[in-house]
Amino acid sequence: MSSATTILLCGVGGQGTILAADLLARAALAAGYQVKVSEIHGMAQRGGAVTTVVRFGEEVHTMVADIGESECIVYFETTEALRNISFLKEGGYLLVADETIKPLPVACGRASMPADARRKLADAGAVLIPSRSIAEEAGNAKCENVAILGALESQLGFGADIWTEVIAGRVPPKTVEANCKAFELGLAFAHGE
Amino acid sequence: MQLMSGNEAIARGAWEAGATIGVAYPGTPSTETMESFATYEGVYAEWCTNEKVAVEVGVGASAAGARVLSTMKHVGVNVAADPLFTAAYTGVNGGFVILAADDPGMYSSQNEQDSHYYAMASHIPVLDPADAAEALAFTRSAYELSERFDVPFMIRSTVRVSHTKTPVEVGERIDYTPKEYEKDASKWVMMPAFAKPRRKVQLKRIQELQQWAEECPFNVVHMKGTQRGVICCGAVYQHVVEALPDASVFKLGLTWPLPKAALEKFSAAVEEVYVIEEGSEYLTVQVASLGIALNEFPCDLPRDGELSPGLIKRAFGIEVPAHIESPDDVPGRPPALCAGCPHRLVFKELSRIKAIVTGDIGCYTLGTLPPLSAMDTCLDMGASISMSHGFELALAGREHRPVVAVIGDSTFGHSGLSSLITTVYNHGAGTVCILDNRTTAMTGRQGNPFNGVTLQNRTSRELDLLGVIKALGVENVCQIDPHDAKAVREALRVATKDQSDELSVIVFKAPCVLLHRERKPYYFVNADCRSCGVCTTLGCPALSKDVESGLASIDPVMCIGCGQCAQYCSFSAIEQIPASSAKGGAR
Repeated sequence: MSSATTILLCGVGGQGTILAADLLARAALAAGYQVKVSEIHGMAQRGGAVTTVVRFGEEVHTMVADIGESECIVYFETTEALRNISFLKEGGYLLVADETIKPLPVACGRASMPADARRKLADAGAVLIPSRSIAEEAGNAKCENVAILGALESQLGFGADIWTEVIAGRVPPKTVEANCKAFELGLAFAHGE
Repeated sequence: MQLMSGNEAIARGAWEAGATIGVAYPGTPSTETMESFATYEGVYAEWCTNEKVAVEVGVGASAAGARVLSTMKHVGVNVAADPLFTAAYTGVNGGFVILAADDPGMYSSQNEQDSHYYAMASHIPVLDPADAAEALAFTRSAYELSERFDVPFMIRSTVRVSHTKTPVEVGERIDYTPKEYEKDASKWVMMPAFAKPRRKVQLKRIQELQQWAEECPFNVVHMKGTQRGVICCGAVYQHVVEALPDASVFKLGLTWPLPKAALEKFSAAVEEVYVIEEGSEYLTVQVASLGIALNEFPCDLPRDGELSPGLIKRAFGIEVPAHIESPDDVPGRPPALCAGCPHRLVFKELSRIKAIVTGDIGCYTLGTLPPLSAMDTCLDMGASISMSHGFELALAGREHRPVVAVIGDSTFGHSGLSSLITTVYNHGAGTVCILDNRTTAMTGRQGNPFNGVTLQNRTSRELDLLGVIKALGVENVCQIDPHDAKAVREALRVATKDQSDELSVIVFKAPCVLLHRERKPYYFVNADCRSCGVCTTLGCPALSKDVESGLASIDPVMCIGCGQCAQYCSFSAIEQIPASSAKGGAR
């Protein structure tokens, strides 16, 4: 593999994974890297799983993630985390929003939720982030995706200035403050503050 | 530098080349290309009823001297194939570029056909960008090439080129002067007397293209060593570079016609030669047909679906790195009709009467999945109506379940109309349900003739759907509110029982919930719930039942207050919160 870093973002349609990937890609670009961001969003609006790959580095070729080759994986939901956990590189960073959204087959009683999801994720070294409550503390529950990016920054080190500029340039003007606050709180969480 | 998707870059390339006319029918993964092109200054862009029409409008505009962009998904090329093959005889006046966006892996398609075959079969040259920057550069150049060789050019992309954003250096728009149109029947009237000489012109052009292929700047060789050589194109090139960093690579930017001498030279310079491509054997067979001996992969390379660096490594015996296996008890997360979707009750009722349902292409294909499980077939655009006619023909004289075709408004406009005319003309029977949700929903809510919305918001007219159907000669036509369960049930009863020997058309008209995003106060389940489970057979994402008690509940965030479920509760256990107590009324 090339020197590029692979970050996989997985969630459910409507959770803001695509905006998160866009912000991440722009931050990487602003930090001076080459970047590629690949989305599969055909069914996103209809409650299906959404997977987005962001790759950045001095040189980036492929735009897809492979089993056991992703440096960081960010899951917006615990079931999706378990589904895609095989993509994580050994020793990689696993960040999971502590949130569960029942898939339709479970909701209508045709399937059941995976057993011990949180324990299995913890065993895999996952950092479970209470992103919903962090976003609410920041003043807007919709900033959850940006709170998660804050925690991810603990592994990236792009710098607060870059993130502030990227966030301010992409989110609705009225939510800039709450988003920046959510980012800070997410980063503080990852640093154990 | 701008972060651009491949689709945005193709639109930009066309605009920079001076294209002024864009024609398309939406289809994943091509859709955003025309949407993006439509936003540029000095261009006219429109949605056509289908891809055949789009290419014909394009040929007309090209003949009249404009530079034209036409975009479609791979299966759209099937529809456009008729004008495409003959446009390769007439050639162009103004440059004409056609995007064919393939979907290996079938993220949002009914098959994974390879558009290279169309290029080869129709003798239209095809360029394969490997990222957004190339997508812009290739498209921009394709206009000049189209005019130089007097032939439309195809840009072939895949979902990983179309939907991957990369930094792109944009340029200025050239000052293109439209060509003059001059009457020339020998070029534009393809009747045998003129087509025969044009065929000779085409054969000569193929020779010229083959010569040009040898020096085409879009074909690039990266020599790394003399052991292993790989021939590839498009997004697969990016995977090859990651998977096999020591391999020499012949990256084809022009994939028809192939540069025979250049490929022979490359093959002679390496010990082993491989062709790596995804979901197809086009390139492998074409390279082999040049007389180049290809090596067998040490292990299997998948012949279906998308490739990745990992899959390429496996083919060369490199093992999967250490990783954690996903537990096997993770439930699937299939997409579903949205909460409040106006299609839901039609499928619920069709499922209840155990109809044979011939389906079509759109969101409503999701009516196939449990718990609705309502659909029997889905083939291609418009097939619902023609296939139901076929079912009725074969089942005539036999005791059979009612046959019902289900098709959306945009799909009906695309190719359902001609199917319906066939049924009427031949005095066919059966029931046709047109789910008119006022938009082309699946691809992101584009305009169509039946909602009267145009791509650049120009004045249009809304086609009278009921009037059109009546004018075709259908006698049993009605319009029903699909949110009204009793009305849906009664309309289907009348059509499939009382009128079972005749053709009937029911138009179910209500807007897609994503169109206006209006929400009414939400519903909740009260203490009268008896755990019967009927409401959850609707497959609404907002409804769920408790694993232990079986009691139903409604997610107030997802519920949009459509009230469909309340009509199915026999215990009055589903009720709407009063508008006054809803947070700020309707949210």
